[in-house]
Amino acid sequence: MNKYTDFGTPVKTSANQITLEIDGTQITVAEGTSIMHAAMVGGVTVPKLCATDSLDPYGSCRLCLVEIEGRRGYPASCTTPVAEGIKVKTQTPKLADIRKGVMELYISDHPLDCLTCATNGDCELQDMAGAVGLREVRYGYDGENHLKSEKDTSNPYFQFDPSKCIVCSRCVRACEEVQGTFALTIQGRGFESKVASGTENFLESECVSCGACVQACPTATLIEKSVVQHGVPEHSVTTTCAYCGVGCSFDAEMKGEQVVRMVPSKNGGANHGHSCVKGRFAWGYATHQDRITTPMIRKSIHDAWTEVSWDEAINYAASEISRIQTKYGKESVGGITSSRCTNEEVYVTQKLIRAVLGTNNVDTCARVCHSPTGYGLKQTLGESAGTQTFDSVMHSDVIFVMGANPTDGHPVFASQMKRRLREGAKLIVADPRQIDLVSSTHVKADYHLKLRPGTNVALISAISHVIVTEGLVNETFVKERCELDSFENWRVFAAKPENSPEALSETLGVPAEDIRAAARLYATGGNAAIYYGLGVTEHSQGSTTVMGIANIAMATANVGREGVGVNPLRGQNNVQGSCDMGSMPHEYPGYRHVSDDATHALFETAWGRPLSKEPGLRIPNMLDEAISGKFKALYCVGEDIVQSDPNTQHVTHGLESMECVIVQDLFLNETAMYAHVFFPGASFLEKSGTFTNAERRISPVRRVMTPKNGFEDWEVTAKLSSALGYPMHYTHASDILDEIAALTPTFKGVSFKKLDELGSVQWPCDDEHPAGTPTMHIDEFVRGKGKFFITEYVPTTEKVNAKYPLILTTGRILSQYNVGAQTRRTDNVTWHTEDLIEIHPHDAEDRGIKDGDWVGISSRAGETVLHAKITERVQPGVVYTTFHHPESGANVITTDNSDWATNCPEYKVTAVQLTKVSQLSEWQRDYKAFSQEQIGFVENPKSAANV
Amino acid sequence: MNIEQLVTMANQIGTFFKSAPDKAQAKKDIAMHIKRFWALTMRLQLIEHTQSNAGAGLEPLVKEAILEHQALLA
Repeated sequence: MNKYTDFGTPVKTSANQITLEIDGTQITVAEGTSIMHAAMVGGVTVPKLCATDSLDPYGSCRLCLVEIEGRRGYPASCTTPVAEGIKVKTQTPKLADIRKGVMELYISDHPLDCLTCATNGDCELQDMAGAVGLREVRYGYDGENHLKSEKDTSNPYFQFDPSKCIVCSRCVRACEEVQGTFALTIQGRGFESKVASGTENFLESECVSCGACVQACPTATLIEKSVVQHGVPEHSVTTTCAYCGVGCSFDAEMKGEQVVRMVPSKNGGANHGHSCVKGRFAWGYATHQDRITTPMIRKSIHDAWTEVSWDEAINYAASEISRIQTKYGKESVGGITSSRCTNEEVYVTQKLIRAVLGTNNVDTCARVCHSPTGYGLKQTLGESAGTQTFDSVMHSDVIFVMGANPTDGHPVFASQMKRRLREGAKLIVADPRQIDLVSSTHVKADYHLKLRPGTNVALISAISHVIVTEGLVNETFVKERCELDSFENWRVFAAKPENSPEALSETLGVPAEDIRAAARLYATGGNAAIYYGLGVTEHSQGSTTVMGIANIAMATANVGREGVGVNPLRGQNNVQGSCDMGSMPHEYPGYRHVSDDATHALFETAWGRPLSKEPGLRIPNMLDEAISGKFKALYCVGEDIVQSDPNTQHVTHGLESMECVIVQDLFLNETAMYAHVFFPGASFLEKSGTFTNAERRISPVRRVMTPKNGFEDWEVTAKLSSALGYPMHYTHASDILDEIAALTPTFKGVSFKKLDELGSVQWPCDDEHPAGTPTMHIDEFVRGKGKFFITEYVPTTEKVNAKYPLILTTGRILSQYNVGAQTRRTDNVTWHTEDLIEIHPHDAEDRGIKDGDWVGISSRAGETVLHAKITERVQPGVVYTTFHHPESGANVITTDNSDWATNCPEYKVTAVQLTKVSQLSEWQRDYKAFSQEQIGFVENPKSAANV
Repeated sequence: MNIEQLVTMANQIGTFFKSAPDKAQAKKDIAMHIKRFWALTMRLQLIEHTQSNAGAGLEPLVKEAILEHQALLA
């Protein structure tokens, strides 16, 4: 088991070092350190209950009292800072007597059921009883006590048993200090004091089920139901979460091959011991009954599946690919990788497509999320990646969140950001919707620029105008670090009157004075950092906005040091990694273009096959070519384009036009319903490899259980490669990472061994930076000089009119992840049983729509029906939905409009009309029938003998 | 592929680069973008459309870019 030292209070940093004596030992620590922490540094354990080093000291339990020579009384070591030369004693007869008395009082109101308690052997109260030598409790249970308090089991993942509560307040403080939700409080005083959630139970409260309270609890009061069910774990393996781009490190605590619980790693570089409801609790999908673990094939999507052996499935797929390439040419096939795959899996998939199939028709789901980030940041700064660490936000004075909803999409980072905001950093939010960050407990945006969907570039232009015309450019930085010609062109462009806040205010729907004030704050408020998400990229001008963001960061010198930067919040766990691994049709691993002679020669030599120097087809191009009859076979690994890509009916038409669709996944996802070959996939718990998060942090993924399908995903791809005549001679995922490192300069120093040593590492990791690169572009940009681009606002062609007068924008919520294939198969559905359409009260009233009504949503692409949620979170004229449930058909409505540079879909702007209806849409009725038929094809497969 | 779709995509690219003060550079950038990010079949289809259909639907700057940099694109 990974056991972390609990120093009792947080680590302090200071240039001043203090030396003191504790129990006769000289100890030197940073000024501000508590005596408790200093003692632990010196190897002296002080008894404690209310203290833990993830929380500020509280001083309530009275167990950690010490004696200090020359001082009166018995100060609490957790709240008493060290001082030069003091002499501290942690063990004296008097202290022992006090502690025993304190423990006696605690135990007098605590059930003595240790042998049957779920935390037996993992309980700090139990440990402290032993530490102080408690042998009897004199007070008995005759008096009033809390032993019959009722358990709260409302939360699906943990329970609250107040009879075991010692009111140490660790849970309350964790909710405040670590998570920043403030859902819990101590209600009442003295004997009446108890932990309360402000509502009848935890489930109905503002609790976001991050589990910080459970982790902080020193007793069995707050405990995972999985621990109650399975007992205390016996070993643990450190791995990385498979959900969002924060990439939290977790200790999978196990009993044999049974996961007992996932505990966020205290040493996790991205999460520092914190987690969200998805990472900590929503891992049950890995063993869900819907998992398909036997390979299947069929001739037609209208046939039942036939379960076959791995060899049969692999050979059938290989023969189909060969047949199709022989008949239609080598460019008639391609592959799609996923940000849910490890780096190693993405690497071998793109290698298979490029080296074995001989085409660059390989793409990844970043196409539909952050491809504009890759393009925009490469053009301006020289590298397709964010510039900072997450920890950098703790040095920010101004935080500018644009088109991102961190509390829902990147909750662990949001907690860190909120911590900084509570410390006083200023906040600018640019979002059409009132996201939680705009106003929540102890967090309030200084400016909420509630712009109209599709006007991001206009906002950046207006901000640029203020920076340029009000003398806010950092001329020294620009002169030293940027291409001056490009800057001068941009300066002239930005200064144009048509780019002023006043000129663009009506377009944006934002008061000009707010834009000016926000721009001044960004440019002059100290360290200013921009965090952005899909609300920036998923537009027809997504790449333009990314470049505009880089422009203002460079112009104000807010790049190249801690606390500043341009920070894309990646949606899925391995968006950064999948892009790094050469999953896009125009570039090899390390973002090197396929036409680059040196790179081309490098990979041809390494892989021993002729490689194409032409960019391949992107996902939408593949679908278009399929409909044109030229693209015939697809190998789709871990991605569900039917549910996640825009204009669903166009996607399904494309798939129906192909002769062989191979899907590799955990479940019969929506795309698999159009497949001819199904390769069962392995969950993140069943494989080894690496993920790279939004801060370029490469973290280990480690196998904790045997793959239920028999193989890790890279092995399946390697088998397919062998069947196609190109054996891949890897014996372990670490071999693949070694090959990546050998061929990719930014990964040169990365290996499983290094990750085991360091825990994680941020690329570039090479000879110059063997421990990685937390902050990029410090002395110069990766491209040399930073380049400014003119970013003219061009309104989208997806316009509202009388027929479609509202703008639909889409997003996600905390409990669900992307297409929901994983989270819908967990108890997270408790919080989200269906996708709803949010509509402003005025728009609802105009249409006679009431909360909960069925509402038909029609666009130029299609129609679907959802239940209405009337809310002022959206502005008049804007409606919003999520896309977590396939039957919702959110992407039946979205269109083929896409970003000019990358074809990233314009999910965030779809002109729609809403009407009250009484039944599902035609598409939904067809979908229901089709999916039921397809599920039947799996549940009642043909036997292999009848194939 | 649907040529109308390719024309739309090419015009979108042109719209971004047309803001550049140097028109010759803008045309080169348009062509270079298409060269670096479009599959050869798509580029050839666009050239064919420019030649045989007079580039119907293409913005003038984009059409010029394709004609002037045909060798690069082919």
